[in-house]
Amino acid sequence: MKRVKRRYLALQLECEVLPSEREFMDVIWSAVTKLYGEVGASLTGMALINFDGERNIFVVRASLASMLMVRASLPTVTCVAGRCASVHVLAVSGTLKALFSNIC
Amino acid sequence: MTRTFADLHLRINPKDLHTAQRLITKAARFGYSYISIPFNSSPQQAEVDTLRAMCTNAGLDFVLRADFKPQSQEDLMRFLRKFRRQFEIICIACDSKEIARQAAKDRRVDLLSFPSLDYRKRFFDRAEAQLASCSLAALEVDIKPLLVMEGPARVRLLSSLHREVAVALEFHVPVVVSSGVGEESLLRMPRDLASLAYLFGLGEEQALETVSSNPVGIVLRNREKLSSRFVAPGIRVVKEGKSS
Repeated sequence: MKRVKRRYLALQLECEVLPSEREFMDVIWSAVTKLYGEVGASLTGMALINFDGERNIFVVRASLASMLMVRASLPTVTCVAGRCASVHVLAVSGTLKALFSNIC
Repeated sequence: MTRTFADLHLRINPKDLHTAQRLITKAARFGYSYISIPFNSSPQQAEVDTLRAMCTNAGLDFVLRADFKPQSQEDLMRFLRKFRRQFEIICIACDSKEIARQAAKDRRVDLLSFPSLDYRKRFFDRAEAQLASCSLAALEVDIKPLLVMEGPARVRLLSSLHREVAVALEFHVPVVVSSGVGEESLLRMPRDLASLAYLFGLGEEQALETVSSNPVGIVLRNREKLSSRFVAPGIRVVKEGKSS
């Protein structure tokens, strides 16, 4: 079976409150589902890898094939946990090591 | 090569300096190099100077832009005659087909904008694109409606944008993606703004051009035209000789 290529995204959340990891991922899934439907969202293979509460940076993994879908969906997030919010992509990388060296 | 990013449509009241300051600071932090706040009439020099000083302090280049929604073709011509040389960018909000056609064929118009909510008033078809490609006008797409709308309204808008952008690409009409926001929370980083262009059928490179080379190219072209050294496209005064 062919190996699935992945990309890691460092996302910065701008929000008045700090949501839980679950709330954050629900919002991301919801944004992708609204734009691409449930089948489209299922193809992204998104998963939360790491969360830095001090700097509000979330590291999310997604499949390379769905990268355009994920990137197009992230800016449409306007609300997290009932508060105005925005999600910015700080860096995208093929390995976690390179990603962390980019955002540090 | 690093890209230079521009957001030519921050929809702020130029008199509201507090909001303007916050948005300018945020835009600079996000990596924009050029920003523009539209005026609807003749700008007060004091307001322009204040906004320009704010942008300079934040490391941004302020672009003077006018937005106009003409009621008739005569209205449009009157506006262009009066204001073309006062502004670096002229955007015409096209509310009828006659105005859209007139704006598309006039070389003094830089950006064509269409209402987001009423898809029947989006007149960017093949004839419009043909006229715009001859006159160097660009199609402006505001991203704010895509962020605030949901459901059928957003689907209709995306469908219209998909069609219009395909027509624009076919006729080599530049597409400019702007934020069109007035609230801090809706401002997006330039690459995030570009990634929203994937939704209406642009590829990665083309999407980045809509927030970098396309808007920056219009600004630089118009600045050259407005400079005192400009004679005609491709001809400029390099040095003035002394009369003997």
